Formats: sequence, C-alpha cells, structure tokens
Amino acid sequence: MNPVAHRLSLWLLLAPFLLWMLLLVIVPHLQMLWVSFHVRESWDSSVWGVAQYQTFFSESYYWRTFVRTGVMSLFTTLLTLIVAFPVAWYIARLARGRSKGLLFAACLIPFWASELVRTYGWMILLRESGLISTWLQFVGLTDAPVEMLYNDIAVMTGLVYNGLLFMVVPLVTTLDGLDESLVEAGYDLGGNSWTVLQQIVIPWTMPGITSGCIVVFMLTLGSYLTPVLMGGKDSAWFTEQIFTQFITRFNWEQGAALGVLLLVLSSALVWLGLRLSGQSFRRVMG
Amino acid sequence: MIRSVPRPAWSKRLYFAYLAAFFVYVSLPLLVTAVFSFNDAPFPSLPWRGFTLDWFFADGSAGRTGLFHDDSLLSSLATSGHIAFWVTLVSVTLGCLNAILFERRQFPGKEFLYILMLMPLVIPGVILGVSILVFFSGTANALSDTWGIEWDSLRPGLPLVIMGQVAFITTLCTLVIAARLRKFDRQLEEAAMNLGATPLVAWFTVTLPWLLPAILGAAAMAFLMSFENFNTTVMLTGSDAPLTVTLFNRLREGSTPVLNAVALLLMAGSGLLVGLTLRKPNKQTR
Repeated sequence: MNPVAHRLSLWLLLAPFLLWMLLLVIVPHLQMLWVSFHVRESWDSSVWGVAQYQTFFSESYYWRTFVRTGVMSLFTTLLTLIVAFPVAWYIARLARGRSKGLLFAACLIPFWASELVRTYGWMILLRESGLISTWLQFVGLTDAPVEMLYNDIAVMTGLVYNGLLFMVVPLVTTLDGLDESLVEAGYDLGGNSWTVLQQIVIPWTMPGITSGCIVVFMLTLGSYLTPVLMGGKDSAWFTEQIFTQFITRFNWEQGAALGVLLLVLSSALVWLGLRLSGQSFRRVMG
Repeated sequence: MIRSVPRPAWSKRLYFAYLAAFFVYVSLPLLVTAVFSFNDAPFPSLPWRGFTLDWFFADGSAGRTGLFHDDSLLSSLATSGHIAFWVTLVSVTLGCLNAILFERRQFPGKEFLYILMLMPLVIPGVILGVSILVFFSGTANALSDTWGIEWDSLRPGLPLVIMGQVAFITTLCTLVIAARLRKFDRQLEEAAMNLGATPLVAWFTVTLPWLLPAILGAAAMAFLMSFENFNTTVMLTGSDAPLTVTLFNRLREGSTPVLNAVALLLMAGSGLLVGLTLRKPNKQTR
C-alpha cells in the first residue's frame, strides 16, 4: 500500500472513533462540569460560582446519602466477591465437562432478565404478601405477615444479585489458569487451607478480583432501580437525587454538580482499588 | 480445595449445600416471576388460584387486559425494538472499525486512546445519560436562542436515547470483536493477497468471515443491553417511552400479573437470542 493511502485509511478509521468519543463521551462530560459551575441568576443568565457544591456540603441530606451510597456500594462489592468466590472456584477447578458448562450457564440465569425484572422478582418474594412471608406463616415460624422489603438488607440482596455474573466471570477466567501444583506445594510446605488461600490463591486471582470488583462497584454505585424499588424511606441512593434534580425539579445545575461528584467518587475509588491491588487499568478492563 | 488434596466429608457436604443454596438464590426470583404470570388472581401473590392465560391474551372484556391487548405496552415494546435495532447497527459498526484500528494499526497516542475507549465502562450509566442530556439539550437551546434554528433531534427523544446507549455499548462491542481479531492468523490474509486479492477483497472474503461469530455475539449483546437499559435511557427519553420506562411506571402504580407476563416474554426473548448466538459457532466447527 502506498503511504498516502495508508495515512488516509488510518484517518478513515480514526474519524468514527474520535466522533464517538468526543461527541458522546468527552464533550458531554466537560459540558456537565461546565454547567455545574454555573449559578442561575434569572431564566436566561448565569454566572460562575460554586453555589451548587456549597449546597451539597451544607445540606447534610446530600452528603450523608453520598457517603452512604459509597459505603454500601463497597460493602455490596465485598459481599458479592465472598458469595461468588466459592462458586467460581468450583466451576474453574472442581467441575468437569458437562457440569462445568451447566454451572456456568446457571450463573448467567439472572441475565436473562433486565434489572427491572430481577428487582420485580425479589419484590414478589420479599414483600408482606410475598412468597417467603406466606411460606413462613405456612410452616408456622410466624403467625402474621412479615415485611422483608424496604430495608437495607433487601437492597443488598438485590444488588449482590445484580452484580454476581460480573464477579463470577473474571474470577473463573483467572482461576482457570491457576497451576494446581502451586496449591499442592503450599500444602506440602505445611500450609493450611487459610494460608494457601491467602498466600497463593488470592495473589494469583488478583487481576480477576480487581476487574470483578471494579465492574460490580460501578454497577452498584450507579444503580437506580434496585435501591428505589426495594429500599425504604431511609435507604436513599445518590443516583435518586440526581434523577430528582433533573426530572422533578428541572434544576440542571444542581443535578450536574451531583453528577460530577458521583463521577469523582467512582473514579477515585476505582483508582484507589487499582493502586491497592497493584493492577493496571488497561490490563484489568481491556 | 483441589482434587489432589483430600478433604473431610463434612466440608464437602457443606460446599455442596452452599452451591445448592447459591443456585436457588440465582433462579428463585425469575422462576417466581414466570410462574405468577399464569396465576388466576389479580395480584402476583399466593394463594394459587389456578392456571390462566388471561394475563397474556385477555382482551379487556372481562375486566382483564392481557399483554397482547395492552396497547401502551405493545407500543413501548415496539419503541424498544426500534431503539435496540439502531443501537446494535451503530455500535457493532463502530466496534468493528475500532477493533481494526486498535489491533492492526500503529499510531502515536494509541495507548492513550485505548484507555479513553475503555472509559465508558467506568462511568455510571446515570452520569452518561445526564451528561448527554445536558450537552445536546444545551446545544439545542443555544441554537434556538442564537440563530432561531429548531433541531428537535437534540431534545429528549429516540435519537438521544440511541446516542446515549451507543456511547457505552460501543466499548463492549469493540472489546468482543477485538478479542477475536487478535486471534486471527494474518498469514491467511497474506495468502489471499499473494493469490491476487486486493486488501479489500481479502478483508471481505477471509477476515470478515472469521470475525462473524464475534460480530453476531456482539450484536446479540448490544441488542439485549439496549433493550434492558434503564439508567441511561430514562434520562433521555421523550414522549414515546421504551419498555423498561413503561414497566417502571406501571410498577410504581402497583403490580399486576401483566407485568409478570411481560417479564416472562422478555426472559424468553433473551433466552432465545442467547441460545441462537451460542449455537452458531458450534455448527461451523462441526
């Protein structure tokens, strides 16, 4: 190929990429940042200012929800890891042939339905007139209906459910490559199950753990349906406030500021996670 | 916990009990949702009142309107299909071009652009929706204020929903297609060119058929993700709401077995789509 054609084809390939990146990702986010620093004076004029950010820090409701969302997302991520690890281990190391594929397919079951349907399923199970409550009455454990929906535990149950697949898949992928002689060597050298897990298995699985945790954390932090539909009055989620500002109050400046704060929180925690685990973003996500 | 290291029987039993509990946890919500779409009662809860297909086929004459006679549900189903079609088309095309760009070409700043390409994975969907809303609606307002140009495609509505979903689904398509392109043996292409094919002909007759399974897989994934998306979509939707938004509004009013019927339909649809894409490559290798 002649050099001119070569250069031209490179630009033809770059153009759609740049259009997509600039128009749909970079410029919109810069615009959001820009709007968040504008304070509306009247319907058609605004000045630079940090009033929206001041509102966030002075109204305890905002930053409390912010902190709560962050902490609960971290906790959910950890819980998802703990729930998913034994299953991933079984799929990667113990199951053989047919059962391996079958088990893997079973982990995909929740993803036959959207987040809305999944949440709806949990609502049918957990609410006062729901299946579990009726069942508990039937076996005689309680004699009145029990409300299990609208609390933090219900929200966590739903959130872990949403994130499972994104944890199991990277864990299975990395565990598949684990050399079992390393584990045997660990036992031969006098290690017990705990030390082998801590010294050999977890360091080996770190790329998978990091990638699963990042994705689950992002999904949880940005989720809306599960906390709104399954949470009670006290379990507000930060995304809910962004929606309220944009959809109910039409206060785009405040909404943009809250959006920027959520983005900063998520980026900071992802960065921290990569730092602590010593992984690179490119290797983990790409 | 590996095969060559023996474990006590109680520990094995505990492990199996855990796995069993896990699969109950994974499948119960969806199973319950599906089963209650056939319950002959006005609410999706126990007791079981008998089997009925009313929630699918009732025409409204007996006080029940089944899914297939519910015009607002059907039209939002069509809207979702329309959106998903365009999102799939655009993001798979972009994904192919990006895959070639990053797998085949060398250019300055490639590493940086690759990391940019991954960014949509770590931006919460809500933020993506909000930023696109702020940018495009802001542009529409500016156009109409300064030049009196009304460009309604930039206001909340289908084009904006499509753009919002393309923003992050493109990244996933790129990763799926690039992973397959990486495994391609370039000598095959060179052989085609030695035999007299132009680079373009070699691409369409040798490389593209190789990529086809990945392209179909990416298309199925893009379609499902678009169909099921809520967080980005709800920020950008205009007067004709897609299915997830309609379902969410219905769910807030109260649940009826019609919602279960829709959920079952969606599960069947995605199951079918996943099954089809999983089947395709098997046939080719046989």
